[in-house]
Amino acid sequence: MTEFISPLEIVLGVLWRFWPVWLALAIVLFLSLRFKDRLGLYGHLFDTGVGVAGVMICLFWLFTAMFADIVAPFDPLKQIAVLKSALPGAIDPESGQAFLFGGDRLARDVFSRMVYGSQIVLVIAPAATMFALMVGTTLGLPAGYYGGRVDAVLSFLANLVLAFPVILLFYLLVTPGIRETSIPQWLAGFFFIFPIILFCTLFYTRFSDRTGLLAVQIGLTLLIGGWIYVGLVFNADPFGIISISPNQLNIFVAVVFASAPGVFRIVRGLVMDIKTRDYVAAAQTRGEGPWYIMLWEVLPNARGPLIVDACLRIGYTTILLGTLGYFGLGLAPESPDWGTGIKESSRLLRAYVHPALPPVFALMSFVLGLNLLADALREQSLKD
Amino acid sequence: MLSFILRRLGVMALTMLCLTLVVFFLVNLEPNLKKLAISQLDMRSTQDQLESWLEKNGYRQNFFLRYGQWLGVVQKQPNVDPETGAVTPRFTYCDEPAEPYYGGILQGDFGCSTKFKVPVAEKLFPALKATGILMFWVMIVMVPVALLIGVLAGMREGTKTDRTLSVASIATTATPEYVSGVIFAVIFASWLGWLNGSAATATRSGVTFYNFTLPVMTMAVYGIGYIARMTRASMVEVMTQQYIRTARLKGMSFSGVVIKHALRNALIAPFTVIMLQFPWLLTGVVIVEVMFRYQGFGFTLVEAAGNNDIDLLLSCSLVSVFVVLSTQLISDVGYALLNPRIRVQ
Repeated sequence: MTEFISPLEIVLGVLWRFWPVWLALAIVLFLSLRFKDRLGLYGHLFDTGVGVAGVMICLFWLFTAMFADIVAPFDPLKQIAVLKSALPGAIDPESGQAFLFGGDRLARDVFSRMVYGSQIVLVIAPAATMFALMVGTTLGLPAGYYGGRVDAVLSFLANLVLAFPVILLFYLLVTPGIRETSIPQWLAGFFFIFPIILFCTLFYTRFSDRTGLLAVQIGLTLLIGGWIYVGLVFNADPFGIISISPNQLNIFVAVVFASAPGVFRIVRGLVMDIKTRDYVAAAQTRGEGPWYIMLWEVLPNARGPLIVDACLRIGYTTILLGTLGYFGLGLAPESPDWGTGIKESSRLLRAYVHPALPPVFALMSFVLGLNLLADALREQSLKD
Repeated sequence: MLSFILRRLGVMALTMLCLTLVVFFLVNLEPNLKKLAISQLDMRSTQDQLESWLEKNGYRQNFFLRYGQWLGVVQKQPNVDPETGAVTPRFTYCDEPAEPYYGGILQGDFGCSTKFKVPVAEKLFPALKATGILMFWVMIVMVPVALLIGVLAGMREGTKTDRTLSVASIATTATPEYVSGVIFAVIFASWLGWLNGSAATATRSGVTFYNFTLPVMTMAVYGIGYIARMTRASMVEVMTQQYIRTARLKGMSFSGVVIKHALRNALIAPFTVIMLQFPWLLTGVVIVEVMFRYQGFGFTLVEAAGNNDIDLLLSCSLVSVFVVLSTQLISDVGYALLNPRIRVQ
């Protein structure tokens, strides 16, 4: 017979397990409030309740992902046969630790899986969003600035991808079959070159007359960018630090592919608006090159809406990752991510409810936090 | 206006051509063809058997030739036995003729489903009808609720009602279908037992409140927040206009101003948003139909993709891309019609 701890002990136990997270949150909150006036946009977030809530929820999951090893009492893949589908609070007779949120169908600790799931989401979602932002920006700037044929071709391609329902795209692009071909590598090779191009152009347009500085910057970009590129695309990092499994690369590429056209459209619209401003005309009169104007005059002035969009997009990417997990695409079936957790447990909802709820609320709260953050940021940027 | 629509239709046709070519390429990748052959024969077939099945059924012909056959500009060939020369139809269960013929999309022939062993049209159209019913009820629930929330929130900006409703709508946009579906199923099906956690009976014995509320509710919730926020933004903007102030100053009551002057102008922007919601709803349809086991379009799409049923999957893509593009067109044209200040060139 398994023994159980009481509901009150479960609540206290959960709160206690998160102690490193609370500690980190308290430190960040204290420092942020202390130096609020000097922190610019970030400091202004603490003016409204919505902003505080958004920042705190996002940081909560960030710290949970960082301290997952300390927070989670069990290994996410470890099966303890006696606790199969155990109710919340069941005690593992061997270690004396409790399954705070119960055990799942395969006798794994639901709480630990939720905690470790945050790691997967908080690595892939922001990283994929960053890549999508850079791809969308690099293509959206010339489309909006030059207009005409460049715009027509790029917009047609973007609309082509946008016309695809996301789910169909995933069913076609994220399959074990496609991993046997070289398509993910090709796509990755195509997408991941954009950040390197972006940074090189960024430095070149600004510092082309200071060759010493430029050489250092371009050299560093190529070195670091090339290192990451080789690690991600060919999985051949000479130092073995950056590595990505084929199925993660597949997911990563599919998510970037699905969200880059959205960024493209936003950047294009913003550029079309901003290029009519006086300071752009002034730069043109000074004789600045088009790429200098795009990257150093237009882009910094488009940052407000882009930051808001990035926040919303990380949330949306989290939802997409959950969808992938829910349909069992790409992620390994035993992976502790939230989408897979929801898929596993929602089939058995009639028998056991408790394994379904933790991943559901985790995903919901994280996306909610990002949306609140985006809302607060939007309000702040409208105020200026 | 007419030339605008014609040009858009042209772009639409080109887009559909490009996309079907991409889908055709992806479903015909070597591993996918292997998967199809295995599902048609059995797991223990040898490499040679799989190869000969693919060869026999014409999957080894030139890629563009086969795309042309699917389109209907190249003749489809029946199977010819290389030894005897006897001619047999490719898929007997689809009543395909035993002679070369033009049978593609352009002729209105969607092809043959290898998974369900019926012509695609027989499977696809009932599924579309079922999804149509689901979408209808989702729209009936979603649109009025979202508009009401948006108008109430945007009517008096910055009040407590506004902030509460805004946070609530942000919360619903953070709840994708697979999350809200689980939560609703837990509350209403497992704990309270009021509703059925499966809509499987809706396919056979018709839609009832008991089996259909959960799928409709799940799908509606995710969309409500987004439309409500757009409506709110639009309403807030309208309420700051000069003509609203004029109407207030001439002594009209607040509710009168909202209903007679503000509402009409505030609802133009949400119309576009509702139309552009369709691509998102398609993803929602797939999740909800799989979750609640409702045999509609989304369910068919998943089955087709899971078994690499080439013709069925292509038809599904064609339908979904068509839906997305035509709603975009409707939203552009409708926006111009509703707002006389906008003129399309």
